[in-house]
Amino acid sequence: MSTNGGGASTNGSSGDALVELRHVKKYFPIRKGVLQREVARVHAVDDVSFAVREGETLGLVGESGCGKSTLGRTIVRLLEPTAGEILFRGQRIESMGARQLRPLRREMQMVFQDPYASLNPRRRVGTIIGVPMKIHGLGNAAERKVQVQELLETVGLSPEHYNRFPHEFSGGQRQRIGIARALALRPKLVVADEPVSALDVSIQSQMLNLLEDLQSEFGLTYIFIAHDLGVVRHVSDRIAVMYLGKLVELSPAEELYQRPIMPYTEALLSAVPIPDPKLAAARHRIVLEGDVPSPINPPSGCRFHPRCRYATQVCSEVEPPLVDYGNGHLAACHHPLNVDAAALQAAEVAANTPAAADEHALPSDSSGTSDPVVGEAGDPRRSSPA
Amino acid sequence: MAELLLDVNDLKVHFATEDGIVRAVDGVSFELERGQVLGIVGESGSGKSVTAMTLMGLTRDVNSRFEGEVLYKGRDLLKVSDAELQNFRGNEIGMIFQDPMTSLNPVYRIGEQICEAIQSHETIDKRGARRRSVELLRQVGIPNPDSRVDDFPHQFSGGMRQRAMIAMALACNPDVLIADEPTTALDVTIQAQIIELVGRLKQDFDSSVILITHDLGVVADIADEIIVMYAGRIVERAATHDLFYDPQMPYTWGLLGSIPRLDRPRPDRLHTITGAPPSLINLPQGCKFRPRCPHAFEKCTEEPALENRVETPGHLDRCWLDVEYKRAHREETIGGGHTEAA
Repeated sequence: MSTNGGGASTNGSSGDALVELRHVKKYFPIRKGVLQREVARVHAVDDVSFAVREGETLGLVGESGCGKSTLGRTIVRLLEPTAGEILFRGQRIESMGARQLRPLRREMQMVFQDPYASLNPRRRVGTIIGVPMKIHGLGNAAERKVQVQELLETVGLSPEHYNRFPHEFSGGQRQRIGIARALALRPKLVVADEPVSALDVSIQSQMLNLLEDLQSEFGLTYIFIAHDLGVVRHVSDRIAVMYLGKLVELSPAEELYQRPIMPYTEALLSAVPIPDPKLAAARHRIVLEGDVPSPINPPSGCRFHPRCRYATQVCSEVEPPLVDYGNGHLAACHHPLNVDAAALQAAEVAANTPAAADEHALPSDSSGTSDPVVGEAGDPRRSSPA
Repeated sequence: MAELLLDVNDLKVHFATEDGIVRAVDGVSFELERGQVLGIVGESGSGKSVTAMTLMGLTRDVNSRFEGEVLYKGRDLLKVSDAELQNFRGNEIGMIFQDPMTSLNPVYRIGEQICEAIQSHETIDKRGARRRSVELLRQVGIPNPDSRVDDFPHQFSGGMRQRAMIAMALACNPDVLIADEPTTALDVTIQAQIIELVGRLKQDFDSSVILITHDLGVVADIADEIIVMYAGRIVERAATHDLFYDPQMPYTWGLLGSIPRLDRPRPDRLHTITGAPPSLINLPQGCKFRPRCPHAFEKCTEEPALENRVETPGHLDRCWLDVEYKRAHREETIGGGHTEAA
């Protein structure tokens, strides 16, 4: 009951998935002493499973330190996962070597956050964008130059910029160069790691529109990493919310804003500034206390419980499984919000529940303790003191 | 009427560079009263940070030229000597900088850096300064301030560093606190915490705050008055309520329309302000926003003055367009979903 085995059907993933993650973990060892013994581990990504369909945009949201960037880098295999499987077009890539990966690199590219740090200041724009093509042996020098100039126009720069250096451009223009570089190899998947958070709002909106245009022009699939739910809503089809290495909610984009289930998502939503003084004053802002706890020693049970205003004892003892509340809306919470009794009854433990990691895995009906008033009911089930 | 703390009159800050004279700030005037929160909003390069830094005397350089006056409690800060200015900095006017990662010294403990600020303005022994530091850290919401005071900056998270910066800026109870993009480098959740903290300072410390940002959403619920800057000028100035519900400059509409909003349905396209801000060396003739303004007409080649053109007194703007025309057309931009042809 705690896990109903089965395929990935509840996840909504099937043959059309471009990327699929199964129980992906990424731990970083902390080594100390002369022998460099491993003394602790940073649990950056801890058992994350989801699938991204071709042509879809998946928003990946969370605070600094929640593992969203690590996950993004792991997906494009800039990092090797500690455990779990990553499938790209059905092919397992999680333990491929550099040589095996090279042909796949053409298909997955990354746009980085800081346009000031991600472009080599000593290379001309033409070289920065053209080098990936050269590495992959695409065309001769003259053909590459034509292609780079076309790309520059596609991203809204001018072909004359070919011979300039990055310092001659503003932040927004540099980000366009970074995008052109990512597109140089005509990838299928682009992982964009906070591509707009370093930019002014006016430039940010240009960039979001550009990313949308490019998606339809090149048939791209995006994984869009950001901490601002306002920005993510504008581009995403589905949104995954991460907290301390865990996937805590996964939902179709609009639904997440209409009815967030996880209290963390609710708090993230309420933190987005609203440019309307009356609405801003009227709304109830949930200010989360403190910072994200250390991923070296994550809290027991639900990792969000020390900052959660609905937390009861069960939250500190039992890790909530990821439950499917219908309509492809998954959440991991003992006290789900915006869920009526019927939906709760119908909710099944999703197939991708981290069974192995979740040694206290609950029978699915125990989520009937969702009403905070009867939160006590969870107690008798506790299997071991924390 | 509350006490007038700052009175800036026709401030101009020009920098001489190899390429020509950069008119970073070109005729800015505003007042700040005790207990007021003033928001200054604009894109990169609009002169908002240079204005703030000039108030602190941080733009003084052989290449810079100043005109106008910056009256702080009646004294012109542009005319006082560098040595005298030191008494104003920190003591009377405190400043929080944008990037908490780079504005703290990494080789000194947090407490030492706050103590230094206190001791450079007051005669107080080490132990007293340390006690004050701990108290300040507690007031800005650092948990366990007694032990965290001995931490180095790298042991603090981004939000905590920004809190430490605020504690340092508050160390000598300044009457004016200037916060230059205090939340831009931070997560939205931490941004909400910091904005709430800045709003609380107004009550707890009876300070006035100048909050500089590029995001109108950030100032919506805490500013009393908002100044919108463009190309070194004030292009619109109004009480917060009027600026959001009766904005007069097409540039302000563009800023409002660029924000992806959670309180409205998702538009197909976000509004964008076409083009880029003008070079401050070679400014366009007439209204500086004209090359990017979809509503520009012949008269815009002549620069409009900053005047009151609507019924509400104190609501100033620089736009020649007819008020009724603007009220009829601005929602196209602010509401999003429309992009005018480039």
